[in-house]
Amino acid sequence: MAEFKTAAPNASRGEKLLTWVDNRFPLSKMYKEHLSEYYAPKNFNFWYFFGSLALLVLVIQIVTGIFLVMHYKPDASVAFASVEYIMRDVPWGWLVRYMHSTGASAFFVVVYLHMFRGLIYGSYRKPRELVWIFGCAIFLCLMAEAFMGYLLPWGQMSYWGAQVIVNLFAAVPFVGEDLALLIRGDYVVSDATLNRFFSFHVIAVPLVLLGLVVAHIIALHEVGSNNPDGVEIKANKDASGKPVDGIPFHPYYTVHDILGVSVFLMVFTAIIFFAPELGGYFLEYNNFIPADPLKTPAHIAPVWYFTPFYSMLRATTDVMMNVLCVVVGLAAVMALLKGKFSGMAKVGIVVAAAAALFLFKTFDAKFWGVVVMGGAVIILFFLPWLDHSPVRSIRYRPTWHKYLYGVFVVFFVVLAYLGIQPPSDVGTLIAQAGTLFYFGFFLLMPWWSQIGDFKPVPDRVVFEAH
Amino acid sequence: MKKIFASLCAVAALVLGAVPSAEAAGGGIAWDKFPTEKMKDPAALQNGARLFANYCLNCHAASFARYNRMRDLGLTEEQIKANLMFATDKVGETMKVSLDPKQAKEWFGGLPPDLTVIARSRADASKGSGADYLYTYLRTYYRDDTKATGWNNLAFPSVGMPHVLWELQGQRTAVFEQVKDPHDASKTVQVFKGYQQITPGQLSANDYDNAIADLVAYLQWMGEPHQSQRVRLGVWVLLFLGVFTVIAWRLNAAYWKDVK
Repeated sequence: MAEFKTAAPNASRGEKLLTWVDNRFPLSKMYKEHLSEYYAPKNFNFWYFFGSLALLVLVIQIVTGIFLVMHYKPDASVAFASVEYIMRDVPWGWLVRYMHSTGASAFFVVVYLHMFRGLIYGSYRKPRELVWIFGCAIFLCLMAEAFMGYLLPWGQMSYWGAQVIVNLFAAVPFVGEDLALLIRGDYVVSDATLNRFFSFHVIAVPLVLLGLVVAHIIALHEVGSNNPDGVEIKANKDASGKPVDGIPFHPYYTVHDILGVSVFLMVFTAIIFFAPELGGYFLEYNNFIPADPLKTPAHIAPVWYFTPFYSMLRATTDVMMNVLCVVVGLAAVMALLKGKFSGMAKVGIVVAAAAALFLFKTFDAKFWGVVVMGGAVIILFFLPWLDHSPVRSIRYRPTWHKYLYGVFVVFFVVLAYLGIQPPSDVGTLIAQAGTLFYFGFFLLMPWWSQIGDFKPVPDRVVFEAH
Repeated sequence: MKKIFASLCAVAALVLGAVPSAEAAGGGIAWDKFPTEKMKDPAALQNGARLFANYCLNCHAASFARYNRMRDLGLTEEQIKANLMFATDKVGETMKVSLDPKQAKEWFGGLPPDLTVIARSRADASKGSGADYLYTYLRTYYRDDTKATGWNNLAFPSVGMPHVLWELQGQRTAVFEQVKDPHDASKTVQVFKGYQQITPGQLSANDYDNAIADLVAYLQWMGEPHQSQRVRLGVWVLLFLGVFTVIAWRLNAAYWKDVK
């Protein structure tokens, strides 16, 4: 508990007021801890804009969302019409709606770049595991938020996209059908589904999301930011106890982020004002047709930000399951021959591999597709324990590691592209290769991340004055 | 790092070249380009509104659009009431029609789609805008006695809608030629060779194209009545942000010159 302070008798009114508040609420303390005396490394680069931009987009989504809810009607018979009402008759409704629809895609753009930054600079490594885990949970929430929000305009893509994704849950063994029923609230996507998705989209998920964002930032400010060199700046402090390579977040990074925000807004508003549909990627053309449960569109594709994971789902065919059986078998044999395990552990490995093979062949490939899709996101949570590299940042890793990260990014983009396209034989083959690479990248990381010639990490961050 | 990415992207592009895309699977004829300058011509938009009210708004509704929104096209409420409203006398009403869905199903095989946002919904990233599609579709009708309505369409084969504008365009048949399938020599495919005018229309071919362009301009406008305002405002927003970015850049530099 802080000591009760008394302002000097000749202090200004503002100072007296602040003292009054500070005696009752840690205002100055929080301001110092999170802004004026939060020391961030001075060598942040381009990649470090996306955290603050994600926060900006979150605010845009919440504020525009509040105004949309004032006019939107979550009722299957009038939902589509109410969106058009917002677009035509509500003053500035079109702008608010475009901000929200463009904001949804922008959110994923900045979050993907933000996550990539964490990946290449090792920002998830000890002691930042919880920062990373909270971040992954935010990503998961964001996917739920986007998926349920996409149903609300009640267009053809809204409807059939939701139908396809909810039907995936029906592939879960034993409880699948009931689970899908529980999610839909009906036997098909209907008014009941729209109502519950609306409820989740506007209150339940945002509530969790906001809590996680606060936890993400508190955890970050507890351990301090990482930087492109992966050097711990707290290891080098001056006489007054401030990190020599750190600068106060405010004003240095606040003015820095204002510049980032301004450039981001130029791109963001250019899309809103000149290409709000962005060639059918941000607003799908089919979604301007009201939902029709009797007419299935020829080609149903999720919105672009889900397509890498959707591709992995589609790649999980019966052939792919056979390939996975071989992979698991080989892995078990390798572990027995090369791994230094005790007798008991070896028995465990054999049993686990046998069980995996049995399950792979027992349940439908469709179910395993769902597992693969979910697993592709869940595996991110374990990254802090998968990476065994002696250095954090990609800057001091062997050159071939950089290639590996490059291939990873290319495969991710290719998977995204394939997910938009209708299925084809060549596409499925490429997607299967991409899926194997994606999981191989993470699951084999404990092995490959230690191999190679690592460069010496400097004691201080690399920084050239502007 | 940059070189690595560039070479990897090149490889990815090569690989993806082998994947058939959604566009290629779509098929159908290529779309003509809708003359977008019509969007800036109030007379064209007003003529389009006239054609729309007279030819389309009997079977097709535009139930999300209001009659009085047409004031944005330079029309007064009196003009709208006197010339464009046949189903209601309230200028604030949306454009509904009283077509019985059961009869529609009998006549056309289904309820004619609502046209409010038709220009937005028919776009295709590889083929053109929704306006391009509509501009093509309304100009590719031909007589076909094998169809229930007696009409067929190149852009929308076996379409349910008869050629409503036939009086303007006149009647045409399409000439097809049987050609060997380039992919399979044992089959033949139909190749479109041109139209043959049977009866003349009220309009010349040129005037008809022009009238359709007006109508499509109206449909494009109705799909998003704020579209021109949106673009005009966007220019100012970007100009402001351009100036603001310069200020933010210099402000940032002013603070950061202390950081050594």
